[in-house]
Amino acid sequence: MTFAFWFFAGAAILASFLCITRRSPVSSALWLITTLFNVAALFVLLDAHFLAAVQVLVYAGAIMVLFLFVIMLLNLGDAAPGENPRWSPSRVVGFLAGLGLLAELLVLRSAVPPDAIRLPPGVVAGEMAGHGAVQSLAVPLFQAYLVPFEITSLMLLAAIVGAVVLAKRRL
Amino acid sequence: MFLGPALAVSAILFALGAAGVLLRRNAIIIFMCIELMLNAVNLTFVALSQQLGVDGQVFVFFVMTVAAAEAAVGLAIVIAVFRHRESVNLENINLLRG
Amino acid sequence: MSLDLQKGLGLLIALLPETILAVWAMALLLVAAWTHKDPRALRRIGWVSLAGIGVAFLAVAWLWTAHPRLEGLPTSVAVDPFRWAVDAIILLGAGFAVLLSIGYLEREGILIPEYYVLMLLATVGMMLLAGGEDLFVLFLGLELMSVSSYVLAGIDRRREASAEAALKYFLLGAFASAFLLYGIALVYGATGSTKLGFIGFQVQSLQLATHPMLLAGLALLLVGFGFKVAAVPFHMWTPDVYDGAPTPVTAFMAAATKAAAFAALIRVLLRAVPLLHDTWSPVVWWLAAATMVVGNLVALNQKSLKRMLAYSSIAHAGYLLTALVSGSVGGAAAFLYYLLFYTLMTIGAFAVLVYKGRDGERTVTADDLAGLAESHPWLALFMTICLLSLLGFPGTAGFIGKWYILTSAIGSGYALLATIMVLASVVSAGYYLPVIMAMYMKPRLHAEVHADVSVPRVMRGVLTAVAVALVVFGVWPSGLLKTARAGARGFLPDEVVPISQGVPAAPK
Repeated sequence: MTFAFWFFAGAAILASFLCITRRSPVSSALWLITTLFNVAALFVLLDAHFLAAVQVLVYAGAIMVLFLFVIMLLNLGDAAPGENPRWSPSRVVGFLAGLGLLAELLVLRSAVPPDAIRLPPGVVAGEMAGHGAVQSLAVPLFQAYLVPFEITSLMLLAAIVGAVVLAKRRL
Repeated sequence: MFLGPALAVSAILFALGAAGVLLRRNAIIIFMCIELMLNAVNLTFVALSQQLGVDGQVFVFFVMTVAAAEAAVGLAIVIAVFRHRESVNLENINLLRG
Repeated sequence: MSLDLQKGLGLLIALLPETILAVWAMALLLVAAWTHKDPRALRRIGWVSLAGIGVAFLAVAWLWTAHPRLEGLPTSVAVDPFRWAVDAIILLGAGFAVLLSIGYLEREGILIPEYYVLMLLATVGMMLLAGGEDLFVLFLGLELMSVSSYVLAGIDRRREASAEAALKYFLLGAFASAFLLYGIALVYGATGSTKLGFIGFQVQSLQLATHPMLLAGLALLLVGFGFKVAAVPFHMWTPDVYDGAPTPVTAFMAAATKAAAFAALIRVLLRAVPLLHDTWSPVVWWLAAATMVVGNLVALNQKSLKRMLAYSSIAHAGYLLTALVSGSVGGAAAFLYYLLFYTLMTIGAFAVLVYKGRDGERTVTADDLAGLAESHPWLALFMTICLLSLLGFPGTAGFIGKWYILTSAIGSGYALLATIMVLASVVSAGYYLPVIMAMYMKPRLHAEVHADVSVPRVMRGVLTAVAVALVVFGVWPSGLLKTARAGARGFLPDEVVPISQGVPAAPK
């Protein structure tokens, strides 16, 4: 288990590093898909089996295919000429900002939720096994989180209308 | 299990995504870096849900919906910009300067 | 009236304004799909969407006067006067923006009826953002608002600037959302809940004031909100986006979007982490000071009036942040009061640009308004009142609003920040007054220069009402301030949050 966790974690980090450094958008997109697959594997190790499947289906399968489709449609596959590798001041600022953020976030390695609200290990996994992975997610989704759920439907409607308005050639 | 390490991994992924947004000029790649950041947050939620209850996993659903909605609108905007300029590079839209 | 949000009916009543607007938007979408794309149909759809906003406004007014009380457990939406007050302000801003759009879309040839649908959906998002009592309702409301606004910014498909504004707004907006989301994740990790009231309870009962996860989450939340309210140093997207977007959309974003994001920020800070006031108030202090100074100084250098107003709206974000620093009822009341008039005067100033700017949005500079007082004395007077109010000139509502912010800041011991605010306001005279002088002192370039400026009759009435309100409440503010105080007091964390809610079930 431990080996598997670190294997997939390392692969995810490596792939995401390649994703942000590749010059061509197509290879960036493919490395991002690799990252998403590795994160899905981490989901499995963290007892979120259903989400791992959704991650592969929705993220890697639908969203990233849409990205690749647009890249191919607009013929952006080649490395963009404006993407110069030299170190401009803004890039140094960006790099430093990234490092600073990383330092701040790595503080979290020592920060875990307070003991008082933590469940003993295995409780959530046991509940998921008892009710099934889908049901134990669906019940809170449609009861406690009904309002956010309804908002997502409106948000998707706005996104559909918006995408058609912006991208359709002739209205 | 793996709570601390998983949080650290997601922090690293988030920082990599944020650095990518600041370093790159291609609008599509910047957008993919934002997707990477959202996915890093998903990893945090999943890791936390192991000890705080299944609510964390429900949030991941919402985040995925947000990512999908943003992808649809964002790519439509990219296409609209491409129609005008035949390019999606942000040389004159420097994100770090006004 | 008491509402039980655990039951369907109670939830429906609590979300009545949002539901009305959402259903109205969907119905409008169907109507738009079956009508011809001609200017008259577009105009009709504009009026219908305005009617929807009016109905939602009535619903808000009804809820406000019915004084609903929460019965049972608090859930995902707030039921307090603060929410109704902010909702009313948002709906005023949205209605005003729709009115501005009705003539504008025809003139610029944007014959897209979905424009109004998106505007209604964005308004629903804003109301949810301002009224969310759960971090996820808040976040999804924000996303609903943002997704619609990205599209609205780029809806003028013939202009390259509009598309670029949409791209820039989208990339930075999504970037900011990611920060906000990570902040939510960490706050959830530290407290085990996303309900604001319950987070506040957990911070107190578990003594989390120095918990690194909570602090990191709070910092990321502040970064995310900083982007959304365009506080310096997270403001860099604002001028370009405001400049490139169609002017009514700019007015909508500068007023209503900002109002909603501010309301959410104040709700999060005062409901969830009031105990961390010592931690977040210095950060907000610096944000406020930097925003006021940078916004006003950069505005001095702008030629284009639209860009000038964009920086002016950044400066006003600084004033609103000043109201927030103290975290007191007085500050929140001053915030509400100023928010109302900020919305009115900002949209009012943009309205003049809408009627002056023509032919594919060419840039309007102060010199383009030269001699407007001669040919359109009434419009020039309106613009003057708006600008003086933005400046904070005595006798206008803007002055009273600033006065309340100053007194609340000084009363809580933030005299230095108050001084910075006064100095920044003095600087702002340097860019508001030249516009007024150009309208009144400079001669017209030629007799026909303002011939194409015509304000529809309805808008004349609306603009007159705004001007009258700005003056009347600048002279007799006390009644409205009392309302603002009542609105602000309602949501401060005084009620006891039940312990059982939101906690993971005890292991058996």
